[in-house]
Amino acid sequence: MSGVKVRLDAPHCRELLRQMLRIRRFEEKCAELYTKEKIRGFLHLYIGEEAIATGVMQALEPQDAVVATYREHGHALARGIDPRAIMAEMFGKREGCSGGRGGSMHLFDAATRFYGGNAIVGGGLPLAVGLALAEQMQGRTGLTVCFFGEGAVAEGEFHESLNLAALWRLPVLFVCENNLYAMGTALAISEAETDIARKAESYRILAEAVDGMDVVAVEAATRRAVAALRAGEGPRFLECRTYRFRAHSMYDPQLYRAKAEVEDWMHHDPIPRFRDWAIAAGELHEADVATIEAEVADEVAAAIAFAEAGTLEAVEDLLRHVGAEARA
Amino acid sequence: MTTMTYRDAMRAAIREAMLADERVFLMGEDVGHYGGCYAVSKGLLEEFGPERIRDTPLSESAFTGAGIGAALGGLRPIVELMTCNFALLALDQIMNTAATLRHMSGGQFTVPLVIRLATGGGRQLAAQHSHSLEGWFAHIPGLRVLAPATVQDARGMLAPALADPDPVLIFENALLYNEAAEIDEGQVLDIDRAAIRRPGSDLSLITYGGSLGKTMVAAEQLDALGISVEVIDLRVLRPLDEGTILASLGKTRRALIVDEGWRSGGISAEIMARIIEGAFWQLDAPLARVCSAEVPIPYPRHLEEAALPSIAGIVAAARQVMGR
Repeated sequence: MSGVKVRLDAPHCRELLRQMLRIRRFEEKCAELYTKEKIRGFLHLYIGEEAIATGVMQALEPQDAVVATYREHGHALARGIDPRAIMAEMFGKREGCSGGRGGSMHLFDAATRFYGGNAIVGGGLPLAVGLALAEQMQGRTGLTVCFFGEGAVAEGEFHESLNLAALWRLPVLFVCENNLYAMGTALAISEAETDIARKAESYRILAEAVDGMDVVAVEAATRRAVAALRAGEGPRFLECRTYRFRAHSMYDPQLYRAKAEVEDWMHHDPIPRFRDWAIAAGELHEADVATIEAEVADEVAAAIAFAEAGTLEAVEDLLRHVGAEARA
Repeated sequence: MTTMTYRDAMRAAIREAMLADERVFLMGEDVGHYGGCYAVSKGLLEEFGPERIRDTPLSESAFTGAGIGAALGGLRPIVELMTCNFALLALDQIMNTAATLRHMSGGQFTVPLVIRLATGGGRQLAAQHSHSLEGWFAHIPGLRVLAPATVQDARGMLAPALADPDPVLIFENALLYNEAAEIDEGQVLDIDRAAIRRPGSDLSLITYGGSLGKTMVAAEQLDALGISVEVIDLRVLRPLDEGTILASLGKTRRALIVDEGWRSGGISAEIMARIIEGAFWQLDAPLARVCSAEVPIPYPRHLEEAALPSIAGIVAAARQVMGR
């Protein structure tokens, strides 16, 4: 689907719901598999924030590049990486999208131009600037979308990167997923200026704050930004206001926020919100929802079966992928 | 054969690379309008324009990371960091991104990036502009670390560095920029091997970068004392060319390492460890080293001179190894 307006017809409504449900159900299984110790290390769930990756990816083309964070399962799924390869990566299997070397925090995929999977907060922003610079200098038309949380705005790399992107008028879409907590530190106790869009504007980057729990609003805002980016108008900035329903990682007892606050935000869950709206609007029927749920369940089950059946890399290959192997 | 300075050799190498491959560009603080803080890129802005001789804001992390992204996107960037002390502001991008992307992505993405940095003391620039931190960077798997010590290497190491599919750091000792020598501009160099700069049979002096000149003078003085010295210029600090080091030790059975870095945890310690691992039973004397004193480099000339490796210090240490 191209164009600036979101066409909310039945096929597109099914697509938006399907993408959000794919992320939700995939990650619910990930949490289970973590307790079964099939997935180890850090596992950062995106549950509650699905509308953002889903809405943004709708506006992208295959030639565009994506840079994400360590909470990137949703972005990887919505960008079109095979869920089987993502699950296999979480299992540390050779068939994973990073060959098993990365795990949950480091999903990569050359075919969809998905550049990680960066677990240094703010570390992906300079990379996105450089990818966009390469597009500009080579006269190509791809743009780069860079996702990061509101915690990253405190990092120097955020400010350095916004300045560079604006200075050189690079085709970067910065997407700040503001879920209010940098791990356990609330925005209000870490930033003197909590209006993040204003920070972008101080670098002369047009910024828009959008309800990140509303998939249609995210898609519409992204389409507006992408149209400007493709017209060569320089970088754009979206702040998506959202909330993480689950803990920061599987180790987090959530001492920093009240249960009532979490419950309140769950009333804004982007999935039932969109589903109910689309049903009321006549674009979706209960039967469609059931069909999508069944298809998604099958997809997730197939991903798990694929990951289970995957193979472990030989220990003899430990030193691979450090440098070029064909070097004389 | 042509005579040129180290600075001019580096500029000629950049110019040649940019003429040969339009994907190559230079980016860093003051590389354009100022002409480079050591005048390496002087005149290149006029020739290639601001797109390819790209002045950056003072934001080492962002423009180093942008170099990584540009390399991923198909370009062949040369990022210049004014000094290796300033490179610490970009350490996150160098260590956490450039050196790890190939691995984290299971070999899908490579980072063909060259980073040039000035290193070393001797100019009374005090404790934030004078250090030799190349040994730190040589600790990191995924990076190749070069230390051109000669005008020939300054002229010839950039091309193979740009051809490398992985990130390469080139440490240029700032005292070398004015050094002039006759070189062969067409010589094709490797970035894998150490070089024997002077053959000898009694003692291996192992060094690199800005200490090579001092070591060569010390070797002359030792020769006059009847000690035949073999001087090894490491050229490549990662991966270390262990073969050349151990072959030399097989002949001389004694070694002294000269390193402008600090002694504790430095590259000199690594070289000694490799010798112990690979040539312990061939040694005729304990290994020794001359390093910088363990102090931030001081401003006053006499204290700075006392802190850095000196010719007299190298000769004295060599005589001690030889027992005469």
